[in-house]
Amino acid sequence: MSTAELGLPAVPAKGYPQDVKERLDQDADAVIARYPVKRSALLPLLHLVQSEEGFVSGDGIKYCADKLDLTTAEVSGVATFYSMYKRRQVGDYHVGVCTNTLCAVLGGDEIFATLKEHLGVENDQRTEVSAGVPEAQGKSLTLEHIECNAACDFAPVMTVNWELFDNMTPEKAKQLVDDLLAGREVVASRGPAVCSFRETERILAGFEDRREDAVHGGTIAPESIVGLRVAQARGESA
Amino acid sequence: MTLKLAPVLSRAWDEQDSYTLEGYRRREGYTAIRKALTEMTPDEVIGEVKESGLRGRGGGGFPTGVKWSFIPQGDGKPHYFVVNADESEPGTCKDIPTMLANPHELIEGIVIGSYAIRSHQAFIYVRGEVTHVARRLLAAVREAYAAGFLGKDILGSGFDLDLTVHVGAGAYICGEETALLDSLEGRRGQPRNRPPFPAVEGLYASPTVVNNVESVASVPSILRNGKDWFRTFGSEKSPGFGFFSLSGHVTRPGQYEAGLGVTLRELLDLAGGIRHGHRLKFWTPGGSSTPLFTDEHLDVPLDFENVASAGSILGTRALQVFDETTCVVRAALRWTEFYAHESCGKCTPCREGTYWLVQAYRRLEAGQGDEAELEKLLDICDNINGRAFCALGDGAVSPIVSSIKYFRDEYLEHLRQGGCPFDPSRTTVWAPALTGAY
Ligand SMILES: Cc1cc2nc3c(=O)[nH]c(=O)nc-3n(C[C@H](O)[C@H](O)[C@H](O)COP(=O)(O)O)c2cc1C
Ligand code: SF4
Ligand code: FES
Repeated sequence: MSTAELGLPAVPAKGYPQDVKERLDQDADAVIARYPVKRSALLPLLHLVQSEEGFVSGDGIKYCADKLDLTTAEVSGVATFYSMYKRRQVGDYHVGVCTNTLCAVLGGDEIFATLKEHLGVENDQRTEVSAGVPEAQGKSLTLEHIECNAACDFAPVMTVNWELFDNMTPEKAKQLVDDLLAGREVVASRGPAVCSFRETERILAGFEDRREDAVHGGTIAPESIVGLRVAQARGESA
Repeated sequence: MTLKLAPVLSRAWDEQDSYTLEGYRRREGYTAIRKALTEMTPDEVIGEVKESGLRGRGGGGFPTGVKWSFIPQGDGKPHYFVVNADESEPGTCKDIPTMLANPHELIEGIVIGSYAIRSHQAFIYVRGEVTHVARRLLAAVREAYAAGFLGKDILGSGFDLDLTVHVGAGAYICGEETALLDSLEGRRGQPRNRPPFPAVEGLYASPTVVNNVESVASVPSILRNGKDWFRTFGSEKSPGFGFFSLSGHVTRPGQYEAGLGVTLRELLDLAGGIRHGHRLKFWTPGGSSTPLFTDEHLDVPLDFENVASAGSILGTRALQVFDETTCVVRAALRWTEFYAHESCGKCTPCREGTYWLVQAYRRLEAGQGDEAELEKLLDICDNINGRAFCALGDGAVSPIVSSIKYFRDEYLEHLRQGGCPFDPSRTTVWAPALTGAY
C-alpha cells in the first residue's frame, strides 16, 4: 500500500536523476521559450513529465516546480485540477469511452459496460499485464469513461490516447482493446496509427509527432462533409 | 427557393490535402491577409468586421468587430489575441473538424485579428483530448512560419506576430473565457470576476481578445468577399453562416454549414430525417446548456433572436436530436452529472447545488420519492440560476428546468412505476429497426 492510501503525508520527492533531468531540460526549455511569462509553460510541462513516466509523479511535480520557480504545492494544485493529468500510472494505452448523454444514449453506456466486463476492470483502472487476452504481449491499458469529446456526429465515440475512434459498437470496441493488448497496430478513424500513451503526451506538450507522416493520417469522414455533399448536389455554393 | 447551405469554411473538406498550406492556397488561402496587412489600416479591418455583423460563434453571440474595438490603443501594454479552441460543450463538434480539415483559415484569421487589435503574440488554446488536432495545428503553424505568414515582418508589412499552440488538459470550464486565461497563465482554470473585462485586463493583466475558432476562421472570407457578401446569408440581426452540427437519432448526422435562420425541419430534410421508423422527441438547439426544444419547435428559425424568443439559446448550434425511445430523465441526469463533474468549485451555488441535483436526480430516475422530489429539484435549480459566479451554473439547470417543463408527466411516470419506463437498448444505433411499431 502506498503512503497516500495509508493516509500518510507523501515523502518529499527526490527529483529525477541527473541524466533524465538533462534530457528533459532540452524539451522543457523549448516549451518555456514559447511564452512571454514562464508560468504559462506549466500545463505543457505537466504533459511533458507525463510523457516521461506515464503519470504525474512527485518527481514530475518537483521538476516542474524547479523549472518554473514555483512551490510543489502550487504545481500540485494545478495538476489535480485537470482530468488529463493522472496520479496513477496509465497503461501503454489510455482508452476512453464517451458516456456523455448523446453517446451514452446511442450506445456508449453499453460499450463501456461491455469493456469493463471484457477487461475485468472498473472505471479508471489499468488492466493487469496480459489480462484475459491469450496473445497479449505484455501490453496494458487504462479504461476510463470520458465526457463529450466534440465528436457527437460520430456517436458512439471512443478514444485511444485521445485519437478518435468513430461510430463504435460493442464488438468493434472489444476487437480494438484486444488488438491493443496484443500489440497489433491500431489506426484511428481520424488520425494515424496509435503510438504509446507516453509518446502521445509529448505531442500534447506541443512537440510534433516524431513520425513525419503521422500528421497526414486519417481519411475524410463522411459526417464532416455531409453538408458539403448536399450543397454540391444542389448546386449551392457560397 | 432561397439558398440554404453555405459551405464556406467547409468548402474544400472533401479534398485530401485540405489541411495543408498548399491545399489552402489553392482556394484563395492567405489572400485576405495580404489585403489586410498591405491595403488596410488596423481600424479599417475592425470596421469591416464590425459592419459585416459577424457575431461570436462560441455561444455568446457578441459582435466580433465590436469586441476588437474595445481594445485600448496607445496604452503601452502588450495586447494578446487568444483563440478559444476548448470545444467541450456537450453536443458541440464543429471546431474540431474545422481545425482538422482547415487549420490555415484559422491561422489567417488570427493574423488578421491580431493586426487589427495590434497584438504581436497570439495563442490557440486547444482542448487536450484530441491528439490529431494538436498535430494538425502544430504542422500548420510551422508551415505558416516557413511561408512568411507568421513571424517577423509578415509580407513585408512590418507587422510581427508569434503564434503559440497551447494544449489544455481536460476541464470544460476552461472554455469560459476568463477561466481559459487563468489556465493559460498556468493556474487552475477558474473564472475571474468581471469587470475588469479581458479587453482591459486579460492575459497577464493586459488587453486581450478571446474569440471562438469559428468566429476567427470566418474573418478571412469576410475580407476576401466583403461585408455585403457576408450579409447575404442569415438575417438582419444574425448575419452570415455557421455550422449546424446534427447528431443523435438522425439518418445522416454531421456538419451542415448554412445561413443562420435555417430551421431544424429544413436541416432534417437534408439529413434524411429522424432515423427510420422513429419520430422526434426533444433536441438541444445549441448544446446541453441551452434549454431543450421539442417537435413544437421544428420551425423556429435558428438565429440568435428567434431561438431566444422561443425560450432557448442559439449557443453553438449543436443540434443533439433524440427520438421517442429516449428517456428524457436519463438524458438530463447524465448532463447533470457532467456539470457536477465539471463544476470548478469556486462558488457555492454551483459546487454544492450540482452535487445535490445529482443526488436528487438519481432517486427520481430510480422512481423513489414523490412529487415533492420534483419540486426540490426545481428549488435547487432556482438557487443556482442567476446566482452562480459564471454561466456554467446557469447552463447546468437548463436541461433540468426545460425537461420538466415539457415532460413533467414522464418524471411522474418514473415515480408511479418505481423506475424508468424506457428500455435503454432501444436507443442505440444498433437497436433492431422497429417494424411498424408506430
Ligand atoms: C462553461 C462555459 C464553457 C464555454 N466553452 C467554450 C468553448 O469551448 N469554446 C468557445 O469558443 N467558447 C466557450 N464559451 C464561451 C466563452 O466564454 C466566450 O464567450 C467565447 O469564447 C467568446 O468567443 P466568440 O465571441 O468568438 O464567441 C464557454 C462559456 C462557458 C460559460
Ligand atoms: S458557476 Fe460553477 S463553474 Fe462557474 S465559477 Fe461557480 S463553481 Fe465554478
Ligand atoms: S457526446 Fe460523445 S462525443 Fe459528444
